[in-house]
Amino acid sequence: MSSRPELQAPPEIFYDDTEARKYTSSSRIAEIQTKLSERALELLALPDDGVPRLLLDIGCGSGLSGETITENGHQWIGLDISQSMLNVALEKEVEGDLLLGDMGQGLGLRPGVIDGAISISAVQWLCNADKSSHEPRLRLKAFFGSLYRCLARGARAVLQVYPENLAQRELILSYAMRAGFAGGVVVDFPHSTKSRKEYLVLTCGPPSLSTTIPNGKGEDGESCSDDESSGDEENQTVCISDRHRPRKKQKINKRGKAREWVLRKKEQMRRKGNVVPPDTKYTARKRKSRF
Amino acid sequence: MRMLTHNMLSSNIKGVTNGFPLRIEVEKVVEKQVEINHDFLRNIFPKIDWKAFFDASRVMGYAELPEEAPEPSVLESDLEFLRKFHHALLELHLEEGALVCPETGRKFPVNKGIPNMLLHEDEV
Ligand SMILES: C[S@@+](CC[C@H](N)C(=O)[O-])C[C@H]1O[C@@H](n2cnc3c(N)ncnc32)[C@H](O)[C@@H]1O
Repeated sequence: MSSRPELQAPPEIFYDDTEARKYTSSSRIAEIQTKLSERALELLALPDDGVPRLLLDIGCGSGLSGETITENGHQWIGLDISQSMLNVALEKEVEGDLLLGDMGQGLGLRPGVIDGAISISAVQWLCNADKSSHEPRLRLKAFFGSLYRCLARGARAVLQVYPENLAQRELILSYAMRAGFAGGVVVDFPHSTKSRKEYLVLTCGPPSLSTTIPNGKGEDGESCSDDESSGDEENQTVCISDRHRPRKKQKINKRGKAREWVLRKKEQMRRKGNVVPPDTKYTARKRKSRF
Repeated sequence: MRMLTHNMLSSNIKGVTNGFPLRIEVEKVVEKQVEINHDFLRNIFPKIDWKAFFDASRVMGYAELPEEAPEPSVLESDLEFLRKFHHALLELHLEEGALVCPETGRKFPVNKGIPNMLLHEDEV
């Protein structure tokens, strides 16, 4: 049998009482999900002002991802289709509110009220037709459309996904873009089959400076294309698909030009009257890789 | 489910144009104390639909909120108001009951604090 849970049964069947308990009591899974959630929160790039925000956790499961949100001081609402997973979350007394719901039916939330959303290892489920009435494209459309509407303008959604193949990733991304999101995919550890992780980093609202894709771990800031496989082996981040930055531009911004580019952008921001950190010798320097 | 979440939720049934606010049917309310955070309250305040929040708090058995939404400046200084706002928003949980779509009357049951928002096939 396939090792992809998505191919075995619909999520509300696959994550039954036994699986929900197994999932949540595995320290290995807990560790992985926590790391993914921490990374997603980092990519969410909420203002660093200590103010707790209202976040959404889509496919919250038994609350492993939500607990990370709580540890970061934010409030959250979690949605999941599996009652068994939510029951485990209840037992763990997670601090977020839980909803039993199907993201493929769209999120029933008021417009513009949510400060940010994360989803850890869940959205790829939408690519399956689990019932005769399921049309994956319609479900992706309903999901991304409703996600876009409920987010505050300028807010981000970071969705860590396990697409089965390239086509599935493109499908998911194309529906995100159609809904109006700007952004792209950030890939951590692109050269490792085991630790490779993908995050859709989406911003709500028209593309602007603040919606450009964030720099990943151990990334230059400009080495943002698939063919640029130089650098230290696995510990590297590559954005492979960013609809709002033409490919050409990515090529032009080769090493060495990064600093100039950053300085120019900072100057632009200053002219707009934004508060921008002063230029120092550290500006646009390559960051140490972190784990 | 806290009133914070109730204030954000709306009915998602196909064809419904105004699914907010969901009417609350109470069977059981529980209170859980949580630490107050003024910054959170100030940040969320502009997003709260006050009328829905006020009505919900009444149904939940809490009568201390003003009917009219206060000026945002009140949140800067009025500790008493902040405490009440906090309590109604984050400490009252609808444990058992239902949420009712204002347009269709469809009931979304709430068990163990979790609203079941799953739609039937003909509602999608
Ligand atoms: C691998 S688990 C991840 C759970 C949690 N985010 C974590 O990090 O531990 C995937 C979750 O997605 C949920 N899920 C799958 N399809 C869904 C859908 N259409 N709507 C809501 N949740 C869904 C499953 O029920 C499951 O709990």
